[in-house]
Amino acid sequence: MSTGLNDNELISKVLSGDHQAYAGLVNRYQNYVFTLTLRMVKNREDAEEVAQDVFIKAFKYLADFRGASKFSTWLYTIVNNTCISFLRKKKLEIHSLDNEKVFEVADSMDSGFRANLVEQKSRQSMVHNAIGLMGPDDAEIITLFYKSEQSLEEIAQILGLEVNTAKVRLHRARTRLKEKMETHFAHEVKDLN
Amino acid sequence: MNCMNTQRNIEERLWEFIDGHSSLEEKTVIERLLQTDTEWKAKYSELLEVNEMLQSSELEAPSMRFTKNVMEEIAKMHIAPATKSYINKRIIWGIGLFFMTMLVAILVYGFSQMDWSTGESSAITDKISKIDYTKFFNNTWVNAFMMINVLLGLVLLDNYFSNKRKQFRKEA
Repeated sequence: MSTGLNDNELISKVLSGDHQAYAGLVNRYQNYVFTLTLRMVKNREDAEEVAQDVFIKAFKYLADFRGASKFSTWLYTIVNNTCISFLRKKKLEIHSLDNEKVFEVADSMDSGFRANLVEQKSRQSMVHNAIGLMGPDDAEIITLFYKSEQSLEEIAQILGLEVNTAKVRLHRARTRLKEKMETHFAHEVKDLN
Repeated sequence: MNCMNTQRNIEERLWEFIDGHSSLEEKTVIERLLQTDTEWKAKYSELLEVNEMLQSSELEAPSMRFTKNVMEEIAKMHIAPATKSYINKRIIWGIGLFFMTMLVAILVYGFSQMDWSTGESSAITDKISKIDYTKFFNNTWVNAFMMINVLLGLVLLDNYFSNKRKQFRKEA
């Protein structure tokens, strides 16, 4: 079984011709990639399509991965580029959307999103929904910090920012998340307390 | 305004404290503030709760068929050779050398054309403006340079199409 191997060992196996070993990498990173794409494209079907595309591209250009950074860092650059191309094709503005516009886009693109909220009052779904209402930049930095096990230095490197800028961006994103939860999920927050 | 800044300052300092990025000295100060100041204490519990929610939240999962779909797609594909293996370093060095030579040639020509005998009173910008480049940057030279570029472009295009043709035949 290839699941016990680390990323670099799996990559070596794939590069030496054992293409099935790639399934180990897909299994390991599918949730990470899917969460990032979902937070950028805001729709499950599109996110799954983009995530698949990410893994296909990563396979095609695997020989270019030199192991200088973590595989997840390299994968992130593919996620980012693929999402940007996808959104460009869909003619969606991803950077200049203000919070309310994001709310409208998220609302219209995934109608089941808020409907589910009535049924799922759990802490988990509230956090996911609140992150879903944030701008892509905010959602991205929160996901990278909390879910990709990357340090602030690594996050700053992959986002092409200074460490202090990344730190400030993270602080602001969390503040905005807190505001989003208080504004849109006031009842749920109250219930949880 | 000042109140808002103070609030933001408190939040930023508390986030650093929660993330474990505060200095030892700052950590001691914040710990003391949390014991004595109710505003700091309330803000801390608020932020700590958000932090715990984020930490405990799980990643979203794609459909069950995800890995299978990816593996089916890649079964039809080949891994592309590493970029460094098909970009010849000698070509890059050659281009670099060409531009360096051009730059040095222009500088040497420029300096050799300057009239140094006029003394220090004449500013260097005046001397530069008096250099006559028309000997080389005239119509004939520029046209010849453009022609070479067009020819090189056509050669590259031909190369590209013949590679595509070969690839197409191989796939067929």
